Amino acid sequence: MQKYFHNLGEKIIVAILTISGTVTSLTVLLIVFFLFKEGLGIFSMSPVTEGTVIAVNNRNPVTSLSASQLKEISDQNITNWQEVGGLDAPIKIFRLDDITDYFTEDQLGADFEFMPQRINEVVVKDPHILAFFPDEYISKDFGGRQLQLANITVWDFLAGREWYPTISPAVRMGVLPLILGTLWVSFGAILIALPLGLATAIYMAEIASNRVRGILKPIIELLAGIPSVVFGFFGLVVIVPLIQDIFGLPVGETALAGSVILGIMALPTIISVSEDAMRTTPRAMKEASLALGASKWQTIYKVIIPYSISGISTAAILGIGRAIGETMAVLMVTGNASVIPDTFLEPVRTIPATIAAELGEAPQGGIHYKALFALGCILFLLTLIINVTVDLVSAKNKANR
Amino acid sequence: MYNTDSKEKEYSIQTTDVKLYYGDFQALKGITMAMRKNQVTAFIGPSGCGKSTYLRCFNRMNDLIDGVRIDGEILIDGVDIYKKNIQVDDLRKHVGMVFQKPNPFPKSIFENVAYGLRVNGTKDKNFIQERVERSLHQAALWDEVKDKLKKSAFELSGGQQQRLCIARALAIEPSVLLMDEPASALDPISTAKIEELIYGLKKDYTIVIVTHNMQQAGRVSDHTAFFYLGELVEFAKTKTLFTSPKDQRTQNYITGRFG
Amino acid sequence: MSFHDGKSTNNGKRLAQGTAFAVFRALSLLVVAILVIILAFIIVQGISVISWEFLTEMPKEGMTAGGIFPAIVGTFCLVAGSMIFAFPIGVMSGIYMNEYLKDGYLKRFIKLMTNNLAGVPSIVFGLFGMALFVNRFGFGDSILAGSLTLGLLALPVVIRTTEESLKAIDDSFRIGSLALGATKWQTTSRVVLPIAFPNIITGLILSIGRVSGETAPILFTVAAYFLPRLPTSIFDQVMALPYHLYVISTSGTNIEASRAMAYGTAFILILIVLVVNLLANWLRRYFAKRVKMN
Repeated sequence: MQKYFHNLGEKIIVAILTISGTVTSLTVLLIVFFLFKEGLGIFSMSPVTEGTVIAVNNRNPVTSLSASQLKEISDQNITNWQEVGGLDAPIKIFRLDDITDYFTEDQLGADFEFMPQRINEVVVKDPHILAFFPDEYISKDFGGRQLQLANITVWDFLAGREWYPTISPAVRMGVLPLILGTLWVSFGAILIALPLGLATAIYMAEIASNRVRGILKPIIELLAGIPSVVFGFFGLVVIVPLIQDIFGLPVGETALAGSVILGIMALPTIISVSEDAMRTTPRAMKEASLALGASKWQTIYKVIIPYSISGISTAAILGIGRAIGETMAVLMVTGNASVIPDTFLEPVRTIPATIAAELGEAPQGGIHYKALFALGCILFLLTLIINVTVDLVSAKNKANR
Repeated sequence: MYNTDSKEKEYSIQTTDVKLYYGDFQALKGITMAMRKNQVTAFIGPSGCGKSTYLRCFNRMNDLIDGVRIDGEILIDGVDIYKKNIQVDDLRKHVGMVFQKPNPFPKSIFENVAYGLRVNGTKDKNFIQERVERSLHQAALWDEVKDKLKKSAFELSGGQQQRLCIARALAIEPSVLLMDEPASALDPISTAKIEELIYGLKKDYTIVIVTHNMQQAGRVSDHTAFFYLGELVEFAKTKTLFTSPKDQRTQNYITGRFG
Repeated sequence: MSFHDGKSTNNGKRLAQGTAFAVFRALSLLVVAILVIILAFIIVQGISVISWEFLTEMPKEGMTAGGIFPAIVGTFCLVAGSMIFAFPIGVMSGIYMNEYLKDGYLKRFIKLMTNNLAGVPSIVFGLFGMALFVNRFGFGDSILAGSLTLGLLALPVVIRTTEESLKAIDDSFRIGSLALGATKWQTTSRVVLPIAFPNIITGLILSIGRVSGETAPILFTVAAYFLPRLPTSIFDQVMALPYHLYVISTSGTNIEASRAMAYGTAFILILIVLVVNLLANWLRRYFAKRVKMN
């Protein structure tokens, strides 16, 4: 009987452990599910800004516009209806502010109570009008025709060069500047961190005495432990003004500031991963080289580095991964302008920073909210690619030994 | 710099009262002996007796271990190798070493042999080519690898890898060759090949070999030293040591009472 | 014979080595200098701000004066909450993965997932926490939602630490115990875990350091911009140190006037990290000594 309970206890423990063990896998799947459920929603939504009506005169043959056509019209690059499949007539844009050109304040009413009616009049009167106005001002017997915009496509989203998620009448959700901004800053960071990190790793693994290494190791650990918001703060009060002064810029919040801070933040990862890799070089290999009269340095670059090259590449990839996903520090020092940068001395905006800065203001379930989740999906996929690459590199490495 | 002392010409390695400490532990307790030029000297003794440690003093391989301290004097071809202005890499070029386990680099067969030449500043391609070929001949490996010099050294068998390591050591023309149990990881046939090789090499090199295997010491060496607990117990002509040892401990070891 | 006269042909390679080593030493020194500069800067600027009032009072006058008491309490709540969640599950997962799970596809899958979770950027955890805990489960912005989100973030760290500590233990201990008729769980709980304990504890302490400084995951799940009172239940919002530092250094009512508060907050955050690291190192040494004495 006792034996029976004994076995039962053992089984229960195994069950509990199994459940815990699968929680992480479940979490990842849940993250994927929620992220993509919300994020992919953006492709079934129209880019018309919420609460905005886009309307034309009833007689206008144009029945739909694409988001990009609308953008061209707003930017005055398209000025004739003919270019979007209508009659040969100039496009007359009407925004809510323009209403005062047509009517006096008395005609609109003290509380704008006549506004819907007046807008209706304007649209019905002018056959070439293109009107944008809030849907609260649409009258019940509206005589114009509301235009629908085609849904945002994956291509619009990924290749669009403009990120104006709240602009009216139609939002622009092009994430290219954000993706490029992220890569730009991360690339700069790795350019700074890789030489510095590798040199330190080599020094720690092969040159420094045990005592010096014993001092360096906790220092690197400490660097890894500093919260990103403190790095961001340090960047804001020290690095940003420094860059502004050195390069004589109007603002110091630039891609360079982001790269410097991210570079520092990526150092611990790069140092510890590549140092570990170099330490796995068999002692026999090092001794063979030294016994042939090679110097320590020759042994390092002819034997140890080639031997641990896959570990070193893993370190670099993980460093990039850390930089791509970093949020707070970047948010605080890069200036967050969503334009495609030409140099490191311009402000940029990264994907994580965009999410952090905008999610608080995006109404839940709206197009902006979904777009930010879609950005989260991109970020997740980027890190997934990085993790799988690292996994493959180390698996291949194991097979080679 | 050449010493005209006759002893100098006769002996390649001379050590006086060599003591070695790992931290507090004394691994070598004052060893004085001399090894003859162009002869094979074998070190035998049970595990942990200090024979390998002593061997590694001759090319200062023990420098790599933290906390090692060495007292006494070691002369190689008349030069005190622990003197301040000695360049360790030059010493190691002069004193080659073959390790217990074959340890080729993850490079091609050719590059393994050329490595020592390259790190010592040789750039001349023809010279390297010639020297690699000659070393592989010397190590009796040429016929087996001449068609696959560009292949990875890891494609060779264990015995071939060890001969490659010997060729690699020979390529930089050392005058002394240290062998730390060179055949202990190999099968009997490969072992026989290595022993044959050692025999042939001694006309050009002074060879010191550490071995676990008394038969091997008997077959390949001219002189044999028996070490026990960090002491040199007995050092004599191989034949003498094996047939009429003076010390009881040597007697016990060679008759197999411990070890 | 050239090894003794110092006039060797190898001066070139010696010069190369000297140069290379000097460069590496200098760059390593630079890395140390960077850390020292950051620490020194924050400590020097921040220490003068620290006072009893700063630590125990509510923020005042648009967060340009007063203290950071609610943020300290908030961070404490979040760390405690996330660890209550992450410690047991993480340690149990680690045990499961190292001691029970057999090599094969399932192990590879779970490992891959754990690695992935570790690599997911913290802002993505924030998004997920908002979608699941705040909205779907209806917890709202609350300590509960924030703690769960932070707990998920800490989970892979705890798992990995546990696993590594277990992996380092020689199999002979396990075999020895099993050979005496002990069951697997008896072996694990009485032989393996006690040996692994020091390393696991050290890892857990380091993960506390990480959680206390995270900002992105709490942005949308719990953190309050300004909330001068203490939480009364797990469904309350709280202020938190890292978020507080973020808002007063970038978007406060008067950034310049808040600077002193910002330095003080950064100092406290650094202090937490220092204490956690010192504690971890001390524990490591303490346990190492004890093992030696045994």
